[in-house]
Amino acid sequence: MIIANNINKKFGKLQVLDNVSVTCNKGECIALIGPNGSGKTTFIKCMLGMVVCDSGFITFNSKNILHDWQYRANIGYMPQIGRYPDNMSIGQVIDMMKDIRSSKQLQLDEELIRQFELDELMDKRMRTLSGGTRQKVSASLAFLFNPGVLILDEPTAGLDPVSSEILKEKIIAEKAKGKLILITSHILSELDDLVTQVVYMQEGKLIFHKKIEELRADTGQEKLSKAIAAVMLKTKYL
Amino acid sequence: MKKIIKYVIIDILRNKIILAFTLFLLALSLSIFNLEDSSAKGVLSLLNIVLIIVPMVSILFTAIYVYNSAEFLELLVSQPLKRKTIWLSMFTGLASSLVLSFFIGIGVPVMLYEFSATGAALVVAGILLTVIFVAIAMLAAVKIRDKARGIGAVILLWLYFSLLFDGLVLFILFQFADYPMEKAMVVITVFNPIDLSRIMVLLKMDVSAMMGYTGAVFKNFFGTAAGLCTTLLVLVGWIAVPAWLSVRKFNRKEL
Repeated sequence: MIIANNINKKFGKLQVLDNVSVTCNKGECIALIGPNGSGKTTFIKCMLGMVVCDSGFITFNSKNILHDWQYRANIGYMPQIGRYPDNMSIGQVIDMMKDIRSSKQLQLDEELIRQFELDELMDKRMRTLSGGTRQKVSASLAFLFNPGVLILDEPTAGLDPVSSEILKEKIIAEKAKGKLILITSHILSELDDLVTQVVYMQEGKLIFHKKIEELRADTGQEKLSKAIAAVMLKTKYL
Repeated sequence: MKKIIKYVIIDILRNKIILAFTLFLLALSLSIFNLEDSSAKGVLSLLNIVLIIVPMVSILFTAIYVYNSAEFLELLVSQPLKRKTIWLSMFTGLASSLVLSFFIGIGVPVMLYEFSATGAALVVAGILLTVIFVAIAMLAAVKIRDKARGIGAVILLWLYFSLLFDGLVLFILFQFADYPMEKAMVVITVFNPIDLSRIMVLLKMDVSAMMGYTGAVFKNFFGTAAGLCTTLLVLVGWIAVPAWLSVRKFNRKEL
């Protein structure tokens, strides 16, 4: 569904993405893992067209995304730090997004808004929100339009245990519907029961892209966190 | 596109600066027209305000607004929208609300007190200047990432167009005083929309007789229908070129 081919990106002298190629298919749940500053968010932003890569190309449903913009209708994106217009209320932001993205055949999925109990906060201004509530808004917006692809950048960072459980349940439910889900996270323990594939990045390079079963077999570790730790140690001593 | 323009305008109207600016212009123009004994003199006084305050408010307000809506732009860019649409909607929203404010504040009083070619020229010049400086501010805001530097640059740009450029022109005039500079002056004014608008309005006032020989050359060139068309075309170019450049820049901007 999404194919990235030899993506290179430099910010000044810093090579943020170095020949990254990834193929993502429907029904997969891919974890993007790597140390801080390894280029995960930049890679995601490249997929969304928010960052234009220096060389290489990305296709979405075998169409180059470079001059396309409609493909984003199929993507729900939850940013790492949700930034919203300060003087709009939650309700206004959600209504605006509905207004911009609405189409007749679209079925809105307001489950998360209900489950996060955002209904009661609809009149609150965005600037008064706590980091966690902001995350809830971002998550609700990402799932709202029932997109075929979900890109979640650190989805559970800042969420309380109850809310992050709600979000995880939602991700599992969407995965079961055959959607492509891309997650970056540093809390590996919570990825265990979600992901089917792991992409490991370091210093802008893609180190490996494996099915989780393969990774478990290679490292002999059952837990994802232990398996990744084993890989990190190995790459350190190479 | 309409939807985004709507949200931009709603947002601009919600912050009260535009309203205050409108009331300020309205109070100013009404008091000038009531103080001056002839309304033609009123238009002349208003001209100086239009040429200094209107560009300043347009350029500053636009720059600050664009920097403050970084979040809004970021949110929109990740949605299924063309970047060009987002940027041009922002431009249209800002330009139309500032033009509306100018029109209510100065356009309406001018029409009430001095409904003439001069008045019309003043209003047209003001509207064009508003849009020109919105376009310039948007170009500066998209080029410069840092907010403080961006606003500083915008203030310098305004200073350049309203003060420094004239100084530069005087300098050139004195340096080349021995040469016939009258025709060259016509070309030089093209590089400053404020000067161009000033000449456009002044020539309609028939005070060009006081501007000496250069004034006569100006009258010969700008006073004709072809000259007026050229002036308007150049002013529209001052809108189109910065707007086009900023769209191009925004298309490649990293957010």
